[in-house]
Amino acid sequence: MLRKIAVPLGAVLVFLVFWEWLVWVNGWPNYKMASPSDLIPAYAKFWDLFLIYGWQTLWRTVAGLLLAIIVGVAIGMVMGLSKTVRDGLYPLLVGFNAIPKATVVPVVALMFVGAHDMNTILIAFMISFFPIAVSISIGLSTLEPEYRDILRSLGASRFTIFRKIALPKTLPEFFGALKVAVTLAFIGTNLMEIVEPHGKGLGHLFDSGKISADYPLMFAVLIALAVLGILLYYVVVLLEQIFAGWAERAET
Amino acid sequence: MVAAKRPSFGPCTLSILSSILTDTIALDSVTHAYDTESGKLPVLNDLSIKVAQNAFTAVVGPSGCGKSTLTRLIAGLMRPDEGTVWLAGEQVRSPRSTVGMAFQNPVLLEWRTILDNVLLPLEIVKNSLSRSQREARAKDLLALVGLAGFEDKRPSELSGGMRQRASLCRALVHNPDVLILDEPFGALDAFTREDLWQAMHDLRRQEPFTALLITHDLRESIFLADEVVVLSGRPATAQYVLSVDIDPTNGSHRTLDDLYTPGASEMLATLREQIRIAQGDAPKAAPGGN
Ligand SMILES: Nc1ncnc2c1ncn2[C@@H]1O[C@H](COP(=O)(O)OP(=O)(O)OP(=O)(O)O)[C@@H](O)[C@H]1O
Ligand SMILES: [Mg+2]
Repeated sequence: MLRKIAVPLGAVLVFLVFWEWLVWVNGWPNYKMASPSDLIPAYAKFWDLFLIYGWQTLWRTVAGLLLAIIVGVAIGMVMGLSKTVRDGLYPLLVGFNAIPKATVVPVVALMFVGAHDMNTILIAFMISFFPIAVSISIGLSTLEPEYRDILRSLGASRFTIFRKIALPKTLPEFFGALKVAVTLAFIGTNLMEIVEPHGKGLGHLFDSGKISADYPLMFAVLIALAVLGILLYYVVVLLEQIFAGWAERAET
Repeated sequence: MVAAKRPSFGPCTLSILSSILTDTIALDSVTHAYDTESGKLPVLNDLSIKVAQNAFTAVVGPSGCGKSTLTRLIAGLMRPDEGTVWLAGEQVRSPRSTVGMAFQNPVLLEWRTILDNVLLPLEIVKNSLSRSQREARAKDLLALVGLAGFEDKRPSELSGGMRQRASLCRALVHNPDVLILDEPFGALDAFTREDLWQAMHDLRRQEPFTALLITHDLRESIFLADEVVVLSGRPATAQYVLSVDIDPTNGSHRTLDDLYTPGASEMLATLREQIRIAQGDAPKAAPGGN
């Protein structure tokens, strides 16, 4: 357990030292590349803002993600259970997913003028539901018929088969997709915050750093985003271990 | 006994009526075809099979002739195009909880322990057992097939033969009247297979059930069954029925040694010959009798 924490922590430290060394050796000015020692004053100066904006980014990302889970699972379920729906929806979904979300941001911002929270959540959702829908639909449609038959031959209802077999069997794939979706949702939130500035979230802080030429602040925001990303990612990993830990054991 | 095309009325109708009341499994002139992209694929043709209560029937036949289709029809997972499937005197229209099934693939659920896998049917089938009674029953079965002490293991921690044993226990845990086995020992090595044959006999002595076993192994068919049905090539019909009588005369249980008696060799030779006919170009050319 100690090793599990110590090793990654050590790696982060080595990375920071290397970064600091690289900047120092090359003599880069902080507008070219800030060093970790530049970041500390940036955090100290704007700590309150980091907390407020960080929280705004976090909750909107999580909200978008929850929406993506609900919609993604629903779409994945109908696609996984009906071949007709799958054939019909798949090209639509792929096409929708292929649209660069940066181009959607202004469209959404125009559609719901002023509803900043909703816009941001919407973009986070749009960018992250696709892997979830695909993983659920593949998990359900590739369920071997024999798995279904062991329960169906006892007269179990479709719902029982779904609950006892299909759902648990799909969980590992679902969590795999959720890990991808977490990162994507973050990208979505920040895209909205930066492309359509509305004075909220870490994206806004990044923007103000840019406007006031406070380069260490911009780097500090990047690191803060990374930390939030890591945090959410490991929450998903923890949930995965609780609900689908059996899949990991089965592989070894 | 040869399955011939029966007239719809006449003396045979009476014999069918009486047999569906006494037999546990009865297929009456079952014909079935699959819809495929290249048209209808006839799989079963006028197939009649009867299994008396607590009897054990093995079904052998060429690869792809429709054996698994037969099990799915008996289990009520599909309905035949023509003909009727009866279980204990009732026409099968949908799956029923008095049936237990095991396949070549043990299909154990990885997120459950072995014990919970075996308990699965009891979560579906209505029963008045308490949790501890259910567990006791599952543990008894597991012990009977030599899996005592493995209750809390995950399927991936067991060998293929052990998983297959667990899958047999799951097929039997709800005390089914009918056990349908679709090549459950097919993927196992010879020694494990023979162990499981013994386990099968032990289980049957413990609690009688009616069984229909699909197999590719002729020795397995005569060691386990009271009757062996040879199916013709696709579309399958009952080509030949062999009554197996290899029990030792002194009244003791069947053992592997009984497979090496002259009588058993003769039966195996007959079956081999019938399979050859079934695999031939004219599958229904030489119906035999015994
Ligand atoms: N769902 C299906 N749709 C279309 N064709 C099918 C379907 N299931 C089976 N078939 C075809 O029907 C035929 C009989 O299949 P079945 O699985 O019953 O044979 P089998 O005797 O069990 O074969 P094996 O000895 O390989 O287990 C095969 O040719 C197979 O390709
Ligand atoms: Mg088969």
